[in-house]
Amino acid sequence: MKQIITLKVNGELRDAAISVNKTLLEVLREDLGLTGTKKGCDHGECGACTVLVNGIPTSSCLTLAVTCQGKDIMTIESLASIDKLHPLQEAFINHGAIQCGFCTPGMLLVAKTLLDEDPHPDREKITASIAGNICRCTGYVKIIEAIEAVAAQTP
Amino acid sequence: MSENTIHNNDYAVIGKSVPRIDGREKVTGAAKYTGDLKFPNMLYGKILTSPHAHARILSIDTSEAEKLAGVKAVITHKDVPSLKYGISPARWDENIFCIDKVRFVGDKVAAVACIDEETCYKALKLIKVEYEVLPAVLDPLTAMDEGQPLVHEEYERNINTEIHQEFGDMENAFKNAHHIRKDRFVGQRTYQSPIEPHSAISMWQDGKLTIYSSTQSPHYFQYYIAREFGMKMGDVRILKTYVGGGFGGKLEPTGLEFAGAVLAKNTGRPVKMFYDRAEMFAHNRGRHAQYMEITSAVDKDGKILGCHTNFIMDGGAYTSLGIASAYYAGALLPLTYEFDNYKFDMFRVYTNLPACGAQRGHGAPQPKYAFECHLDEIARDLNIDPLEIRIRNARRPNTVTPNDFGINSCEIKSCLERAGAMSGWAEKKGKLPKGRGIGVATGSFVSGAGYPIYRTNLPHASAMIKVHEDGTAATLYTGAVDIGQGSDTVLSQMAAEAMGFVYEQMKIVAADTETTPHDFGAYASRQTLMSGAAVKQAGEEVKRQLLDMAASMLQRPVYDLDVKAGEIFSISDSSVSLSFSDAAREFFVRRGPLVGKGSYTPPKLGGKFKGAAVGTSPAYSFCAQVSEVQIDEETGVIDVLDVWDVHDCGMVINPGLLHGQVHGALFMGLGESIWEQVLFDDKGKIVNANLAEYRLPTALDMPKVHSGLIDSYEPAGPWGVKEVGEGSTNPTMGCFANAIYDAMGVRINSLPLTYEKVWRALKEKREKEQAQK
Repeated sequence: MKQIITLKVNGELRDAAISVNKTLLEVLREDLGLTGTKKGCDHGECGACTVLVNGIPTSSCLTLAVTCQGKDIMTIESLASIDKLHPLQEAFINHGAIQCGFCTPGMLLVAKTLLDEDPHPDREKITASIAGNICRCTGYVKIIEAIEAVAAQTP
Repeated sequence: MSENTIHNNDYAVIGKSVPRIDGREKVTGAAKYTGDLKFPNMLYGKILTSPHAHARILSIDTSEAEKLAGVKAVITHKDVPSLKYGISPARWDENIFCIDKVRFVGDKVAAVACIDEETCYKALKLIKVEYEVLPAVLDPLTAMDEGQPLVHEEYERNINTEIHQEFGDMENAFKNAHHIRKDRFVGQRTYQSPIEPHSAISMWQDGKLTIYSSTQSPHYFQYYIAREFGMKMGDVRILKTYVGGGFGGKLEPTGLEFAGAVLAKNTGRPVKMFYDRAEMFAHNRGRHAQYMEITSAVDKDGKILGCHTNFIMDGGAYTSLGIASAYYAGALLPLTYEFDNYKFDMFRVYTNLPACGAQRGHGAPQPKYAFECHLDEIARDLNIDPLEIRIRNARRPNTVTPNDFGINSCEIKSCLERAGAMSGWAEKKGKLPKGRGIGVATGSFVSGAGYPIYRTNLPHASAMIKVHEDGTAATLYTGAVDIGQGSDTVLSQMAAEAMGFVYEQMKIVAADTETTPHDFGAYASRQTLMSGAAVKQAGEEVKRQLLDMAASMLQRPVYDLDVKAGEIFSISDSSVSLSFSDAAREFFVRRGPLVGKGSYTPPKLGGKFKGAAVGTSPAYSFCAQVSEVQIDEETGVIDVLDVWDVHDCGMVINPGLLHGQVHGALFMGLGESIWEQVLFDDKGKIVNANLAEYRLPTALDMPKVHSGLIDSYEPAGPWGVKEVGEGSTNPTMGCFANAIYDAMGVRINSLPLTYEKVWRALKEKREKEQAQK
């Protein structure tokens, strides 16, 4: 039994005809074509599927899409504007905070939330904020450095 | 060493931390991984796997599944070739689907292709398989005993491979020893756990099979898929998209490609197959569990005279790359320390558990862990400082190992000395407060395997560079595979350097068997040296042609011209200049495409004994690590505080990427040291096949990392390069184990060094001390 839902994703209203048991991750990736949000474990363990729901980092693999109607959903696809990367994206590139890139979208959205709430977090706070996102490549060192660099640039 | 220093400042592109070529795609979510792709009319496929560790298949009934709406194809062993395959031609022992029996929980039995994923799961439930459950072999230590069930009837006593090598004069070495020590260690089964799960999309067009796959080696996939289906390699195209990490786990074809190819053929539609996280664990070609006994003879100064390693490896149900893993386990051990007498015995046994293969450091990290712990024990027996005993035994450059590996550059002694200085070893060792410890270990690894996985005389790597018609950009075509380590970036830097061009205008097409020239792919830390050598040659061919054109345009002799960073200049007259672009454009106008090509074949390497090829390499990296840990004696909780890592990896093309590799390798080694372990129940089923209970380190677990480099130049590598990505995993487990030992004063002889083991060992130690009072 399918149901038509309307989701506000990256500022746009998008309709999808979905089964009610579909997760937000599945709807984003399969119905809306937003594949920047990654499926790593599908169990809320790795953080690769993190999106922002009303500004809160959320495991989209554990969230039913039907529960997100009327909420603001932000995915990695809208972190940069058309002509300008977000400072965190610039920093991730320049500080070598990316290797395979599979955890990167989730990691960036978590970091954005952190800096939106506290523009000058200390290293401990940065580390704790990304602890729910597993990166299998970088050992986190350069990810933390990139976030610190953005914090340091912020007046 | 000196050449590196002399030339380093002259390079325009290499030796610099340029940003990754794929950075923008990856930070914007635009980068497409195989699982992100969709094709018109695409079906979804899933594989039905065995619930039993060992069982005879009595019957398979697919009729109910076939009747379900939305099911487009159901296949079993009857629908696919019965030719056995495996990445290692030494033992082809796998079938696409099991024919008469299943050999582990997760073994492949059937597959379906359906209109969506949900229908696949429904269809799988409707396939009825009747099994006769057989007794299973779950303990590798008893697998060889008489009367044990056989995993494969044709392999007696479940012996998949056995190795017995002896070099030098062991008898004499042990006879003349001042001290002999024997220790036993256990290394656990771990899994690569890339965050991107495996997936593959197969499709047919006019008799040609195309597969998009998350692979570390399009070439081996192409070779084995063509072989399995009796096709010409030219009729099979394998493309890599972005790959979300591999670490060895994506080197060999999985059931996804074989089953997907048949399902796509039978339905006439593209089929997307994937493993979910739990299935990835079952498909596990991760690190073997190893049982390691080491006996060494040393003189009174702690100089190693001879060493005997006696290992058993749990291979799981199939060979995978395990023959190589088994050889690597012993073959790479004599790299870091010099000794002439060496004996290596190994049994790799079959069990009814998932097969093991290559994981970062391939076979070597656990023996290295064991040997580094063993060496610490010897140092203690002789009252020698652990750092000092390593410096005394450290290999020198231009030496040959007892098993005939030629070592060119080797700065391990400097690595040890520098790591000691950086960490403040002398001030700390033996003087740290209670519960705190410091440890040291070394590592080394091949910079590419000297021989390919299957026998062929193809070059190991090749490359083409095409300069665009207007001369404003150049595209590198390489079969090399970027799985996150950054080879696309490093090879583009190398191409630009060799051509005298700029990195910013480099484009790359990589890892597509149809559009890019052959390369064996990402394994054995081979690409910087091997693919790099091919790229350098291709770039130099472009440069020669370009300068020839410039000589004609400028009316100057070609030997008076050079090009760097996109500018052609005269060596004798600084007023003469011409841009790379203008000369390249003119070349195209007058002579057609400006193209360069290159290839690389390693020299003939190694000795003549059985297995002599495994572990050979044109060059070896070296490193030393020191770590400092704090242990909570109440709870056994281990806090790794600092790690100092010093590397000899030749000329560094991109320091930023290099340090990223070191951090990542350390991170993996940290996980394997303390937390990571695949666990089974008494029926052979994995009990922690998820990322919550198979505990990967998080950001909170990472210590402070200080990485240093020793200036070094490797004559066998282009511009003097060597590997870094795997060698840095090599010392880590031994290093942490030794630091933990130093903190506790009692040795735990098995990995991982969990909090519980630490707590128990400390409790036993206290009880023993009290009993003695």
